[in-house]
Amino acid sequence: MALRIDQDHSRFKQIVRGKIKQNLRKYVQQGEMIGKKGKDFISIPVPFIDVPHFKYGSRESGGVGQGDGEVGQSIGQGQPQPGDGQGKAGEGEGQHVLEVDVSLEELAAILGEELQLPNIEHKGSEKIVTTKIKYTGIAPTGPQSLRHFKRTFKQALKRQIAMGTYNPDRPIIIPVREDVRYRTFKLQNLPETNAVILYMMDVSGSMGDEQKEIVRIESFWLDTWLRHQYKGLETRYIIHDAVAREVDKETFFHTRESGGTMISSAYKLARDIIKADYPASSWNIYPFHFSDGDNWSADDTRQCIEILKGDILTDCNQFAYGQVESPYGSGQFIKDLREQLGDNEKVALSEIPDKDGIYTSIKDFLGKGR
Amino acid sequence: MPKSLTPRLQDLKVEIEGYAKAFGLDFFETIFEVLSTDELNMVASYGGFPTRYPHWRWGMEFEQLSKSSEYGLSKIYELVINNDPCFAYLLEANAEVDQKLVMAHVFGHNDFFKNNFSFQHTNRKMVDEMANHGTRVRRWIDKIGVEQVENFVDVCLSLENLIDQHAPGIKRNPDPKKVEEQKNVRAEGLRVDKDYMRPYVNPAEYLEKQKKKLADEKAQSKKFPERPQRDVLAFLLEEAPLEDWERDILSIVRDEAYYFAPQGQTKIMNEGWASYWHSTIMTTRALRDHEIIDYADHHSGTMAMQPGKLNPYKIGIELYRDVEDRWNKGRFGKAWDECDDLRARRQWDKKLGAGREKIFEVRKHYNDITFIDAFLTPEFAIEQKLFVFNFNDKKNSWEIATREFKKVKNKLLQQLTNFGQPVIDVIDANYENKGELVLSHKHDGVDLDPNFARETLRNLQLVWKRPVGIITKGEGKSLLLRHDGQSFTEKKIEL
Repeated sequence: MALRIDQDHSRFKQIVRGKIKQNLRKYVQQGEMIGKKGKDFISIPVPFIDVPHFKYGSRESGGVGQGDGEVGQSIGQGQPQPGDGQGKAGEGEGQHVLEVDVSLEELAAILGEELQLPNIEHKGSEKIVTTKIKYTGIAPTGPQSLRHFKRTFKQALKRQIAMGTYNPDRPIIIPVREDVRYRTFKLQNLPETNAVILYMMDVSGSMGDEQKEIVRIESFWLDTWLRHQYKGLETRYIIHDAVAREVDKETFFHTRESGGTMISSAYKLARDIIKADYPASSWNIYPFHFSDGDNWSADDTRQCIEILKGDILTDCNQFAYGQVESPYGSGQFIKDLREQLGDNEKVALSEIPDKDGIYTSIKDFLGKGR
Repeated sequence: MPKSLTPRLQDLKVEIEGYAKAFGLDFFETIFEVLSTDELNMVASYGGFPTRYPHWRWGMEFEQLSKSSEYGLSKIYELVINNDPCFAYLLEANAEVDQKLVMAHVFGHNDFFKNNFSFQHTNRKMVDEMANHGTRVRRWIDKIGVEQVENFVDVCLSLENLIDQHAPGIKRNPDPKKVEEQKNVRAEGLRVDKDYMRPYVNPAEYLEKQKKKLADEKAQSKKFPERPQRDVLAFLLEEAPLEDWERDILSIVRDEAYYFAPQGQTKIMNEGWASYWHSTIMTTRALRDHEIIDYADHHSGTMAMQPGKLNPYKIGIELYRDVEDRWNKGRFGKAWDECDDLRARRQWDKKLGAGREKIFEVRKHYNDITFIDAFLTPEFAIEQKLFVFNFNDKKNSWEIATREFKKVKNKLLQQLTNFGQPVIDVIDANYENKGELVLSHKHDGVDLDPNFARETLRNLQLVWKRPVGIITKGEGKSLLLRHDGQSFTEKKIEL
């Protein structure tokens, strides 16, 4: 539900991000709250704008506190604000604190705002429906398999206390038939939006560390955005030189092979993965391929285009190719793709000359809203 | 959307209101509304008034509140507005025992609003007034543009604390007619019916002295303002070259600052009073057996203390209880003060039973400063483990400096004086005959924050539209900080 405050809230966020009212930028401060998530202490950023007032310089002032401790004993570092204020500070000072900077959700929103990315139209999201059983309550009737023991005994206990037959010294509870409680459920129809990203990267000798760095940064942002758009996003990673293989994320970003490049090998593997695991009717599929554009032969390039046209493009939402500039590569591949597939609206091509190029490249990839 | 009370909550309200009345609490009619967490966070962000003018800082508050409730760091239990009728908000998701606690707490606040002297001047139809302010600001936004209006609101907020915290109770500028009359009396001497008495009643040297004094005063009255004026915002409203819309917005900010000021001056008393009553009502009347664990948990949560912070709920409730106990046992007055015998003091009980009556009187006639000043005793400070903390530069940390009673009390009073704000007056609006505005900071041992002072002067300059300055002290020397809109200067001066 929209609240009245939303307007003021988004205005505040815009100021913090420096979109509007530059004059207030200098007053923006990064506050934090210490929270707890599972076992870890986390730092939750709370930016605030400190409108200047005539006020006391705080260090000299000190204040009055309450509690145990000898004179001279430290009561903590940093700046406790003298005066009022509630809320519980995290106990256990000096423990390991994890930073949660901006939440990914928020990051994606900023990204979308910054690049003016359109929201993605989900493929067949209305058609793809799964039924989910949700336990919603407790009822006095139901199938035996859904008996709720705890509630049953609780009910029996209540009854026995009310009847005066419960003896705390001999706590025996015997449920009778009327005491038995059952879980009840509702069937919910959930529209399902599944998405998978297939990352493919050329790891041949010509792809250096800098190129990989670019791919890593770019895929982080792609991931963030697509996660923002889909719940339950899956990712698969393929590396290739002359042959392709599927790897885990760690390997994907850190392997350096050498040798020749046959891009078709990666596309073949991608095609097989899609066919095996991701039926096009129920999955939104995003293959991303990064390379320095140096392919082994014109023959192989031809084969690539065939695979794309024949299988991948029909199945996926969008096929994206990013060509990272490298001192060794010829950069021919993107030209071939452009020639053959440039007018296909499912194909997004982008050249990334250096780290600064990531920005526009993300826009090239995601700007279509597919 | 705010929901009115469910029948069950309505019953509880009637029940608790009955207890509160029976205890002698005297309050405005209370209207409870039930809100979801988001809505309660929103209303709290607006300072309790959902109809306020649009401004980003409500959004900032909201961000903080919703994040901290989302991560389970804090939760707003209660929100109550000083208004007639009094509005109070309940959180929908709260358990019944919490709702009862909150209701009892709210009746305590409500009684305090109605009876404490600090609140007597506040607008009891503030809900309407705030809505009017909202309409006025929105109208200016439509006319002038959101950027400009909001920027000016920001400027005004920067000066928001430059009001005379105690003004509503005091007439600072005397009626000019009366002043004129008094002057005549003084020039001619006292009225004498019999002529022969004149030289005795008004001797010549006395008249001479009076004349000189008047001449001095006249010279002084050429100064503008005649005497230091603490309500800087009022001075700006009257004297600064403002556009209509600017004047309107400044007056809105000033009105709201005055409305909220008493709540700042009675934080300890108000929260203490409400806590005293929720505790009394719950533990002696409203609590049912099965609720006691939850109640104890939540009550102790509210009363929790943490290093470096003084919990106004805790200190307030304990001080009321201490006063009640002392007046019950007659531990006050000359005999008590002069008694040195520790054992006698410990067993002192005159069985006066005047405690309840006394705290009702205290809640009417005191604010935080006078409350602490009058009732904080060495025994209390020890029992409550109060200490003064200071910053240790060498260790880069805050540490306990002393537990000496006098120092604790002084520090506490200093923090509360002028609501913890520096005391600042307008002293000259025509400095060096150049139309520059000069403020003066009454230095009480603590310097102003220099960065904030500079930025605030810049904002003040935007209102005054001529160079502005403030006389203060830095590291023991008198300083004039000045901002002319372009640049900031700082120079040492002799006073």
